[in-house]
Amino acid sequence: MELDFGPEAEGFRAEVRDWLDGHLVGEFAEHRGVGGPTDAEAWEVRLAWDRELAAGGWLGISWPKEYGGRGLGLLEEIVFNYEYARAAAPYRATCSALDLLGPMLVAMGSEAQKRRFLPRILDVSELWGQGFSEPGAGSDLASVRTRAERDGEDWVINGQKVWTTMGHVADWLYVLVRTDPDSQRHKGLSMLLVPTDQPGVEVRTIRNLAGQDEFAEVFLTDARTRADLVVGEVGQGWRTAMGTLGIERGATLLPQQLTFEREAEALLAAARAKAEAGQLDPELRARVVQAWTSVRIMRTTNLRTIGELLAGRDPGPQSHIAKLYASTGHVRLGHLASELAGPAGQITGSGYALDTRQRTFLLSLAETIYGGASQVQRNIIGEQVLGLPREPRP
Amino acid sequence: MAHHTLTGTYTEEQDELRKVVRSFLSKHSTEADVRDLMATTRGYDPAQWRRMGAELGLQGLAVPEEYGGAGYGYVELGIVFEETGRALLCAPYLATVALAAEALLRSGDEAARKDLLPGIAAGETVATLAFTEDGGSWDERGVAAHARRTATGWAVTGAKNYVPDGHTADLLLVAARTDAGLSLFAVEAGAPGLVRTPLETLDQTRKQARLDLDAVPARLIGAEGAAWPVIERSLAAAAVLLAAEQLGGASRAMELAVEYAKIRVQYGRAIGSFQGIKHLCADMLVEVESARSAVCDALWALEADAPDLPVAAALALAYCSDTYTRVAGDCVQVHGGIGFTWEHPAHLYLKRAKSSEVLLGTAASHRERLAVRLGL
Repeated sequence: MELDFGPEAEGFRAEVRDWLDGHLVGEFAEHRGVGGPTDAEAWEVRLAWDRELAAGGWLGISWPKEYGGRGLGLLEEIVFNYEYARAAAPYRATCSALDLLGPMLVAMGSEAQKRRFLPRILDVSELWGQGFSEPGAGSDLASVRTRAERDGEDWVINGQKVWTTMGHVADWLYVLVRTDPDSQRHKGLSMLLVPTDQPGVEVRTIRNLAGQDEFAEVFLTDARTRADLVVGEVGQGWRTAMGTLGIERGATLLPQQLTFEREAEALLAAARAKAEAGQLDPELRARVVQAWTSVRIMRTTNLRTIGELLAGRDPGPQSHIAKLYASTGHVRLGHLASELAGPAGQITGSGYALDTRQRTFLLSLAETIYGGASQVQRNIIGEQVLGLPREPRP
Repeated sequence: MAHHTLTGTYTEEQDELRKVVRSFLSKHSTEADVRDLMATTRGYDPAQWRRMGAELGLQGLAVPEEYGGAGYGYVELGIVFEETGRALLCAPYLATVALAAEALLRSGDEAARKDLLPGIAAGETVATLAFTEDGGSWDERGVAAHARRTATGWAVTGAKNYVPDGHTADLLLVAARTDAGLSLFAVEAGAPGLVRTPLETLDQTRKQARLDLDAVPARLIGAEGAAWPVIERSLAAAAVLLAAEQLGGASRAMELAVEYAKIRVQYGRAIGSFQGIKHLCADMLVEVESARSAVCDALWALEADAPDLPVAAALALAYCSDTYTRVAGDCVQVHGGIGFTWEHPAHLYLKRAKSSEVLLGTAASHRERLAVRLGL
């Protein structure tokens, strides 16, 4: 199955290809295929690459023109992502702001917020971190305990956030906080925009299992932000957050997909080499076939979702299974790549310098946890898609 | 937004076709109909078969108009197979449409197509492909039956086994060897020297037969010795359509399980509220939707006659075989005690899943083909 974007998109596609051919050169070209949503590798280069993209007008393709976007549609966004991934351009350092915060502000932000923040996301002059998770609220975001109280023209915030991706370099955080102290679960939450450059914000990096400073824990002690920096309505932060997590799921599927395909091709090449040397045992061979199968299935699943979105229809149940299927499949792919490499795959560069395969294997284990753990995904599929009754709460 | 084309996104016409077929089957292939027909040796209702052809045109849906069909594509045919799978339709539909009609269409034999396809398309002819023998292999090497020239044509001798609907088919396409190699022959139901023995099968909803042929007069279809590439290509098409049928069965088995999990109370709660059951059901949906993707991909390859059709077909049949068997088994599990009774339909899906899994070669054999195609 192949994507045919139609004649009206072909001109745009050619424009994207030309630009990438001309700009994905030198140091940027050396970092082809580098990075992932939780991957801090080559951060400085990737940040410079994001600025290169910004200068070319390739960030915020579907965002309104008055805030620095291109004012184009979902189709163009998808075409760009497709070509971008095909060119194996480095994973965008600012993806959290581009994929989550930006669309949230476009949909729910005030006019002043849009004018103040969107252009600075698009020219990569301000970096953002997401402050959703807490030590007691990982997949269960309704357990958020960080509190914010009004003090004149300010909110005063106290609590602790964790797993804030690239939080140690963020200029601003978008933070889910409890603004009604007597509220329970998902009621009484609000979404605040908080500057990190103040005494009440203390950031400590956390090193991930690949040895990278990828995310941070953030301590908020009487931290302040202005009263008008609440996104959406006060007390409606849950709706704002959920809207954010659901936005643009179609457009972001393809880059991940093409990464998987590249990894599956590399796996296949390694397995072929072993087969030619007469060293591919039957069990491993069967598992390679199954891993390759699952990547091809993921591709069609994603194309089905994108097809429904482009047709202006609600994506079907397959859009809800994609995360669970992709993340579990990716872990299997990682294990398999590691086993195929044999003992040589266990040797790192000096200073724990990991190769792509090693990093992919280790970081894939995060994918079944972040963005909603697999067990939570199964609850969501069971309850929201299949309509099974909720588990009774005491 | 009219110019992008993606399979898996159905048009209004395709949605309408699904509705019409589902509505027909909900009246004419109820659980009671299935149980009545599976208990008969014939295994289908000839009057209903004629209605499928005459009123709905289902047998000729993807047959080109010049041979009496409606000339629709494989995406449409895939929808019909999915629906027949959901309804556990007892009819020689797979044998006639996916096996025999595909082999005729791809045979390159224009005279045979003109003579034989219109009857199939009209719902007057039941047909099948007699390929496998006692070894049950769908490989070229598995064919020992042979044919020799006679004064008036050809005569086929040998034994065919596990032939879908072989005892009721009016037209049998028989694979046999000649001096030139593997060839395909048309044999009529009443031909002298042909003995047809219905088999008792675990899955009673799809009938099989053994054929013993002793110098049975036959008509050569296509070029002598050139049948294997034809059969291989038509088997890829049949594999995709069987996968679509399996998808339909799996998705219905999942629905039965989910419906039951919502109403069955144990320990004071609907069992679907327990994570043990909920997660099992969620995994069923993951498998069914992934199987749907495999089928979409393969139907697209079939429609486009894409170079990687053999890959997509092997992938789809292997994946859907595993999915159907797993989901049908989980459906029994969710139903608890009632799931393993004769009274409940869960076993009908489980048995259909198991018979479909080996009907055109095992899932393992299709994964093996995939491995070879991938250069492993």
